[in-house]
Parts: sequence; structure tokens; C-alpha cells
Amino acid sequence: MEFKNTKGIFLQIADSISEKVMEGKYPPGEKIPSVRDLAAEMGVNPNTVMRTYSELQTRGIIDNKRGVGYYVSQDAVPIIRQWKRKEFFDTDLPLIVRQIKILGITLEELIPYFESTQNSDKL
Amino acid sequence: MIQIKDLHFAYPRQEVLFSNLSVRLEAGSITGLLGKNGAGKTSLLKLLTGLLHPISGELSVMDHQPRKREVSLLNDVFMVPEEFFFPSISIRDYVKAYTPFYPRFDHELLDRILIEFELGNERKLQRLSHGQKKKFLIAFAMATRCRLLVLDEPTNGLDIPSKALFRKILAGSLDEDQLVVISTHQVKDVENLIDKIIILDNGEVIFHQTIQEISQKVAFISGTSEEREAAIYSEAVPGGYRLMVPNGYEETEVDIELLFNAITNGHKIG
Repeated sequence: MEFKNTKGIFLQIADSISEKVMEGKYPPGEKIPSVRDLAAEMGVNPNTVMRTYSELQTRGIIDNKRGVGYYVSQDAVPIIRQWKRKEFFDTDLPLIVRQIKILGITLEELIPYFESTQNSDKL
Repeated sequence: MIQIKDLHFAYPRQEVLFSNLSVRLEAGSITGLLGKNGAGKTSLLKLLTGLLHPISGELSVMDHQPRKREVSLLNDVFMVPEEFFFPSISIRDYVKAYTPFYPRFDHELLDRILIEFELGNERKLQRLSHGQKKKFLIAFAMATRCRLLVLDEPTNGLDIPSKALFRKILAGSLDEDQLVVISTHQVKDVENLIDKIIILDNGEVIFHQTIQEISQKVAFISGTSEEREAAIYSEAVPGGYRLMVPNGYEETEVDIELLFNAITNGHKIG
């Protein structure tokens, strides 16, 4: 048995902001909440949120305009996609593959699931 | 902000509580003070606020010695104790009587928190439930904007929604020049709120690290008995083990209970 472990809270917040960018809720150029506002909204230590913002800034996902706030960068979407794809292949996929092997599932068995999810969300 | 060096303290005719306590704390943090029952958490908070006096050693808070109880320190320090007594007056009258002691008092913030906690100004303090009284005291403490806020088991007696509100209020209304020290056994209540952990044991500070330092050094994972081999500390749980392992990859959430048990059982994380 293997469990997926819970990511550190500062990474969880980074993921949730990245998701909002990918969903178009925070489009490039949009201002995101201040450190203090986001900390208050989630009940999380402001130093933790600050850490999330510096991580996102280092990755080029957000920009800090001094004295004004944080904005979603123009290249945020491709950067997040590349980052998350890497994370999928490095972390998520090995666990799935391992489970597939243990259960003796064949590729042929999986194909219909891909086809059906492409057409609709029903499995 | 707080400097303690070789602090010695004992209650009269009792065993020594602190024999060699040293710790340094700076502003801009919400620090969790953990320790077993009787470890001296409340006594330490009382020493910081001048309610108890050290026998020997150095203890300074914002360059004052709390035992001198100088006004310039007392108007910048607020303690929410575990047990408290209120006079039989309304919230409005209490605020009117006590705010002159606190030069940085923020009435707007108080009103905002009282609304969130659903406490009206006309309510008589003695008619409130224990949890409501506690919420009022927390609201008042935050509104003083004192640079040192000391909270002893602040979430005890708070109902479920109020615990989340408590976290939001703390996370959103502190300034960088403030320090909050929260003593608690309810680690789940303050899990993502604190950025630093201090563990008090056998009269000493045996652990003092930021959440960031902890999560960079160790990871908290669930695993099998095989993976248990590599763990610094482990505990059996339904379905396997909770493990504290050296962090080799991505940071995980800090499992404060597991960390506490590991440290108080003599394990080190470096």
C-alpha cells in the first residue's frame, strides 16, 4: 500500500493559485490578493503566504509591482503547464503505473476510458 | 523582542520549574508554545507579562524587565489567560474603561471582530457563555495592537466556526512589529496559523524552529513497516504508520503531534 502525502501548506496555496490561473479566474495581468488578505481569507500565517508568493515569483508566474501588489505574469499559463506536467510525470504517474501493474490492468483496458473522458466527463 | 537567558524559577516550597531556560524571540511571528501538562507553559507566559518573577537569570521583554511592571511595558503587552473574571458591565462600558491603558487601541478593528464573533456592544459580560467571554477577550487583545500578545489556550471553549474565525482574525490583523505567543495543546486549531514551534520540557526549551526549517529537514508521511526502517520516528495508525523521515524530496505538511511526540521522546531533527 502506498499513500499520497499531503504537500506543505505553502505548496498547496501555490497549487490553488496556479489552478485559478489555468481556469482563467486569474488571467495574465490580473492583480491577485495581497499577502495579508489571502492569509486572512484562509486563516494561514502571513509568512507562509509570503513564501508562496516568492516561490511563484521565482517561477515567473507572478510579478511584484513594488508598492502596488502582485500580478499574474504574461507567461503564467505556459509556465504552470510545464511545471505541472513535470510534476505529473515525476510524482503522480509512477504511483498510477505501480497501481496498474499490481492490479494487472492492460493498456487495452484503459483506452476506452481515455476516449470516453474526451467526449464527456462520464466514465 | 524577548530575551531569556539562564532563567531560574520555582514556586515557593516546590520543585524547581526552570533551572536554565534560555530563548530569544523576535517580532513578526505567531509562535506556538507546546509542552506536556505541568511543563511550565503558563508559568513562562506569566513571567513574560510580569505576573510572576524570576529567581535569577536574565528576562527582558522589549528592553524592559517585566518584574518592574513599568507602564511603558504594560501598555504594550496583553495576555489572554485561560481563566478570567469580568465585572458585571456591558461590553461597551468595559471597552470605555479599559482602552485608555492601550495607546495603540484600534476601535475599528474591535468593532469588526465583535461583528464577526456575533457579540453586540450592549451585551453584559457576565451573562455571556464562557466561549463568548473568551471571544470578547481575544477581540479586545487584538484591538489593543500591543506588540506582545500572549494567548494561553485561546481556542479552548470556542465553538467550531469560531476556531476558524480565530485563525482568520489572527492571520489578517497583525502587524510586523507584533509577536504572538500561543500556548496550546490543541495543535490542530493552530496548525497553519503558527510559523514557529517552541517545545518546553523538563524546565528547558528543548526545541525551537520555524515551520519552514522543520519542513525542509523532515517530511511527514504515511507508510508501511518497510518504510518504517528509514524513519526518525514512527507511530502505528489504522492502515499502517505515520512516519517522520529525513526530507529527501518535496515538503509535506508538518504533523505537529507526531513532531511533538518525536521530540519529547528524545529524537532530534538537526
